[in-house]
Formats: sequence, structure tokens, C-alpha cells
Amino acid sequence: MIEKLCIEANQQLPKDVRQALRCCRRQEDWEIAQGVLDQIIENSEIARQEQVPICQDTGMACVFLEIGQDVHITGGALSEAVDEGVRRGYERGYLRKSVVKDPLRRENTGDNTPAMLYTEIVPGTHITVSVVPKGFGSENMSAIRMFKPSHGLSGIKDFILETVEAAGPNPCPPMVVGVGIGGTFDKAALLAKKALIRPIDSSHPDPFYRDLETEMLEKINELGIGPQGFGGRTTAIGLNIETMPTHIAGMPCAVNISCHVTRHQTEVI
Amino acid sequence: MEKHIRLPLTEETARSLHAGDTVYLTGTIYTSRDAGHKRMCEALEKGQPLPFDPADSVIYYVGPTPAKPGQVIGSAGPTTSGRMDAYAPAMLSVGARGMIGKGARLPQVIEAMKKYSGVYFGATGGAGALLARCIKKSELIAYEDLGAEALRKLYVEDMPLVVIIDSEGRNLYEEGRAAYLKHHKK
Ligand code: SF4
Repeated sequence: MIEKLCIEANQQLPKDVRQALRCCRRQEDWEIAQGVLDQIIENSEIARQEQVPICQDTGMACVFLEIGQDVHITGGALSEAVDEGVRRGYERGYLRKSVVKDPLRRENTGDNTPAMLYTEIVPGTHITVSVVPKGFGSENMSAIRMFKPSHGLSGIKDFILETVEAAGPNPCPPMVVGVGIGGTFDKAALLAKKALIRPIDSSHPDPFYRDLETEMLEKINELGIGPQGFGGRTTAIGLNIETMPTHIAGMPCAVNISCHVTRHQTEVI
Repeated sequence: MEKHIRLPLTEETARSLHAGDTVYLTGTIYTSRDAGHKRMCEALEKGQPLPFDPADSVIYYVGPTPAKPGQVIGSAGPTTSGRMDAYAPAMLSVGARGMIGKGARLPQVIEAMKKYSGVYFGATGGAGALLARCIKKSELIAYEDLGAEALRKLYVEDMPLVVIIDSEGRNLYEEGRAAYLKHHKK
């Protein structure tokens, strides 16, 4: 199943992203930006019809498993099964192998493994599998900062805008922005990644953060960076925030940048 | 302005292009990313020849996906050019004239472009399936061990590009954004 999800995720943009792109195209009134958005939409249609990757950076395979606590897994190591799925998917789907064995010595693993695997134990008898191929043009423009609580809401807002500003044309705008606030250093980063997986037409359940999502997306789209950084309204097509409790002394905030090729496919076993 | 250009990219043609121009490129180009650039620059330092003649050439910063049976090439959109900034001035100094990529460049690259009449083109990042359609021929010419990063010679037809930085150093990332913001403050 992971093999199939790797291939599908790389060939088909999720519905929420497709809709957001079309909606932004309608709202875009700057000529060069309209042209870029048309190309992007056409590209995703070609990829789907011809079953080829939307983008040549077919990413690192981030795999999220929500495992029901009543499920018993037999027949070998789960992480090896996941890697085998990724290996097959990237080979059989003609996807690019973009993973190196060692961060400093940089030899390609040749099969795009290992997957970036996250497991979570949840109630129930099912396993939910999500495959999220993540490109690095945008990953490289992400940032995390440990704020003092006194920096407050305005500190967070400035940080989000600063990160998008610094990213500029590099992450293939229009971007999708994932924000994680709270937890610990590592949890904030994971929250930001999870924010990217949540459909971009959904909102945070808490009205306070829902309004913040709307406000920040508007502010980002006033920056003028535009599609590909050529100028225009559409700098981002979506922004999601995920939050969790944190320590009295801290306020971690991570901003994970993604691009218009924000891919995810989910299935339940 | 819309322009149809045939390669090689002569100095005269390069100087006639301006930031913001839409360009359809036809002819032979070469692919390379960081690992390939590193090797080419090492060769230059040792006084060895490059795998292709750099004079008036255009280099596309791309690492395509593997071709499916029957395809010329897999998806082939641009990669972030900033990673080639360390090598680009050396390439320009030996005659390479055009670069195709996406994203910001360092001032030293722009200076070298002004000095050697270079042009930096943008292809739409993430539009790998669409761009692959313009690639009619692909041939591996060197550094095969680098996989997706190996050096390829491509023949492209009407490849849709935008001039991001021209040989005078004008920059669409700055000018395009400023024009949009100015227009919307009215
Ligand atoms: S940032 Fe996204 S669209 Fe751009 S090259 Fe990477 S994966 Fe592709």
C-alpha cells in the first residue's frame, strides 16, 4: 500500500490543493502571476493524465502511521515494511531517489529510503497510513525559534512573515505554510509538518487560531512576492496552524514551508 | 515582451534580453546541479577541459526523475539556483552565458553576469511534467555515477522561460514585486 501511495501522491495533487490553486487563479489580477498559475494548474493536469511526477523533486517520503491500539502487527519489523514500500514505490513509479546515507558524506542510498517514519498509537482497530513526499526546495526555507512568552502573539506573527519573506522565490511560490506553536523544540517542528498535511480548506477548531490563520494568510498575500516570486497576490495558497500545551517559560514556534506541490495521500487499513 | 530564441546564446542576443521578458528557447542546453558543478569547477582549476564547450552555452539546473519506457526524460523542473552560486562565476568566466533555475542569486553572481553578459532565466518551479514536454532529446554525456545529477545534453523546443536577471543586473524578483505593490497601493 505504501508503494501505491508514494506513486499516487507524486502524480496527483490532493483535491484541496487543486481547488485552492483554482480559487487563487480567479483572485489573481496580475498578468505575469496569472500566466505562472495557469502553467502550474496545467502541469498538475498533465501529471495526472500521463501518470508522471508533478515535480522532479519527488521528495523524502514522510510516512505517518496512526496505529489503533488493538491492532497486532505480525510478520516482521514495521519500519522495514515501510521502507520496502517506499523502495518499491520510488523504483516502480519512476520517482527520483533523493536521499543520501550520511548528511556530511552524501552518498545516495539509491532507493529513496529510509522513510521519515512517525508512528502514533490511537484508540481503535485500524491503521491510518499517510504518505507525504516532501521536497527540499521548500523544506530548506523552514525555520524554528524558541520565543520568550513575553514576545506574545505579535512575536509569532512577525516570525511567520519574516520566514516567508526570507523564503522569497526559492520554495516555488505559491507556498503552503505550516505553523506549529507550543510543545517542545522537537514537537513544534512536528506540529508544523502536521499542519501541512491538514487539508488547506480546513480551519483550526479554536476560533482564536482560525482567525489567526485567516489573518496571516491575508498578510502573506499582501507581501507581493507572488507566484515564482515574479510579483503578484498569490504568495501562499494556504496556511494552517497546529498548537499544543507548552512550558511556562517558553513558546516554541516552527514554520514549515511547502510549495504548490504539497502532496499527501492517506488510506485506512 | 515575448521572444523566441534559438541557441547558442550569443552575447548580442543575451544583451537584448531584459528582466521580465517571456522567452521561448529552442536548441541545445546542458543540465547540471551542485555535484556536477563541483566537478566542472575542479576540472577548470586543474586546467582540464569541460565535458562540453561552454562558449555561449546555457545550463539548466535540473535533476530529472527517471524516464518511463517510451519517454525522452522524466519530470524536469528547475532546482534552487542558489546552491550553484559558488560555481556560477567560474562558469560564466569561461563563456557559459545562460542559466536556467529558480530562486535568488548572490550579488557576486549578478556581478559576474554583468561582466560576462550572462542571463539568468526562470523556469516555473514545480512544473516538471509540463517542462518535460519541451525536451525532445536527452543524452547522458558525463558524470553518470551522479544519477539524477549526471550531466545531460538536451534538445529543447519552445521551452517557456522568464528572464529573471538580465546582463545589466536588473532583477525581476525586485522589480516585479515592486511594480505589483505600487500598482496595488494606488
Ligand atoms: S519546492 Fe516543491 S515545487 Fe519546488 S522543486 Fe521542490 S518539491 Fe518541486
